[in-house]
Amino acid sequence: MPTRPPAPPRTRLLRTLLGFGAVAAAAIVVAPLVGSTPVSLARVFDRAIPWADNIDAQIFFIARLPRVLAAALVGASLALAGVVFQALLKNPLASPDTLGVSAGASLGAMAAITFDLDVSVLGLSPVAVASFVGSLGALGIVYALSTARRRGAPTMVLLLGGVAVQALLSAVIAFVQYLADFTQTYRNVRWVMGSLDVVSYAPIVAALAPLTLSLAGFALLPRVLDLLSVSSDSASARGVDVIRMERIALISASLATGAAVSLAGPVSFIGIIVPHLVRLIVGAGHRLVLPASALFGAAFLIGCDLIARTIVAPLELPVGIVTAIIGGPVFLWLLFRRR
Amino acid sequence: MSRRIVVAAVLLVVSCAVAFPARAQTAPPPRRIVSMIPATTEMLFAMGAGDRVVGVSNYDHYPPEVERLTRVGGLADPNVERLLAMKPDLVVVYASQQELKAQLTRAGIPFYDYVHRGLPDITGTMRSLGTRIGEAAAADAAARRVEAQLEAVRARVAGRPTPRTLLVFGREAGTLRQINASAGVGFLHDLLVLAGGTDVLADIGRQSAMLSTEMVLLRAPDAIIELHYGQSLAAENVERERRVWDALGSVPAVRSRRIYLLTGDEFVIPGPRIVRAAEQFADVLHGR
Repeated sequence: MPTRPPAPPRTRLLRTLLGFGAVAAAAIVVAPLVGSTPVSLARVFDRAIPWADNIDAQIFFIARLPRVLAAALVGASLALAGVVFQALLKNPLASPDTLGVSAGASLGAMAAITFDLDVSVLGLSPVAVASFVGSLGALGIVYALSTARRRGAPTMVLLLGGVAVQALLSAVIAFVQYLADFTQTYRNVRWVMGSLDVVSYAPIVAALAPLTLSLAGFALLPRVLDLLSVSSDSASARGVDVIRMERIALISASLATGAAVSLAGPVSFIGIIVPHLVRLIVGAGHRLVLPASALFGAAFLIGCDLIARTIVAPLELPVGIVTAIIGGPVFLWLLFRRR
Repeated sequence: MSRRIVVAAVLLVVSCAVAFPARAQTAPPPRRIVSMIPATTEMLFAMGAGDRVVGVSNYDHYPPEVERLTRVGGLADPNVERLLAMKPDLVVVYASQQELKAQLTRAGIPFYDYVHRGLPDITGTMRSLGTRIGEAAAADAAARRVEAQLEAVRARVAGRPTPRTLLVFGREAGTLRQINASAGVGFLHDLLVLAGGTDVLADIGRQSAMLSTEMVLLRAPDAIIELHYGQSLAAENVERERRVWDALGSVPAVRSRRIYLLTGDEFVIPGPRIVRAAEQFADVLHGR
């Protein structure tokens, strides 16, 4: 029986985008309609009802739609960052947390909570601002690590350096927590659990600037990451400026991580399990893995947030608990499935 | 042979118990008390035993006399070495401080176990603690004063409409994220009801609940009381923080501008100053 020849690359890309795009689009459309209480779509879009009296519209546009959009952005960003870090560091365990950017963002947020920082920019809360600044600080360290690569340090040094930076930042986080009083400690702990209830569109719009820069960087990477996954030498032999492209990849992934964490807190497991699940479906080529991970990461986090805000209604679970409860077993399955 | 020894031991124990039946009651009242909880520190001072308090937690700031006392850490990180060096004859601990209690037991230092629950437990604790330190009459008098003042607040608002109120005691500054509110159990809930409010989270059987904005929109409170304590709200930021709620325009409290930001430690310390908290709740909900 003759086997069917593989589809041309362009067709596979189109199929992948359509398939994963449909899943993400369905999640974005359905999630705002579901919650702890039903809303009437007719009332939501009924302009005859004054805005101030239209609770359905307020629930839809203030409470649900912003958090669904935030979930989409955060899920896509963390999944993309995970793909890039795993390829760059040649390590399937690498994640957006690996080089300490997430820890930097957490340190900024906790410093803002503990020291009552009063810095508000572009309608963002002091915690979000400090978190993003913290991630930029960690990004600076990552950049310095990448210059060590220019001097000939192997990828392993970058990885170990990142682990050391993360450990150091975690120690500083512990010190800041030590200085906090009980209520601040509670808020710190709660922030770490993640939340997508962003209340307005301002934080989403603000996050779009660094995310756009990241996406521009990611767009350059599919072929490079394929070659780097084999070896730096083979990439070099095919004309890739390895050091420059590694730096673009590092900065893009770090910027995306920083923006995502400052928007939602350090939501765990997305950056690890989504890329691996996507590779199971579309293979290892980054031309497909990158866009498919972004779309699936968006849908996955929207789904997790839907569970978080309905499973113990009228209360809600922090979304980080849901991603960890789902992500942990899935990751174990992926791990042992391969052996 | 062994049976005789057992019988002799039992007789010895029984005879000792008969010979010294009131030993625990005749033990002198404690003179060097360390209080690890701000609420019990305030209770001790209210019953006139402040001069016997020699050490307090890092979080004690009332009454002003405590500022000169030795600090012995907090709930999660008590400084056991310093505490033992002070040679207290009674330590007031929180029920969850299991390790500290074990260390005190090993050191032979008596302790009084405290846990805060509802409003009636505050005066109940005052009486129990007073009895423990040999000041039963003074503690009862202080507890009666608190009860009478609370009753006066209740009487003042009796018969008035009870606005559906959301009592918030924490959120991220400058935004409506991470709203932490008092739910249907605990002294804050009891205080709100006593001061003539209806708790919009009364059906949630917990001391606190983390609220989403969707839930605030659905519960639609008539009034929102937001508590700030410590250094968490500068005077110049009050109006800015109040305006944060404007994002939820359909909530009756927002439309009628019934959002009240109250500042003071008395809201989070279930001690005798709880009366002031009740009075302020009643003031904002029903006018002075």
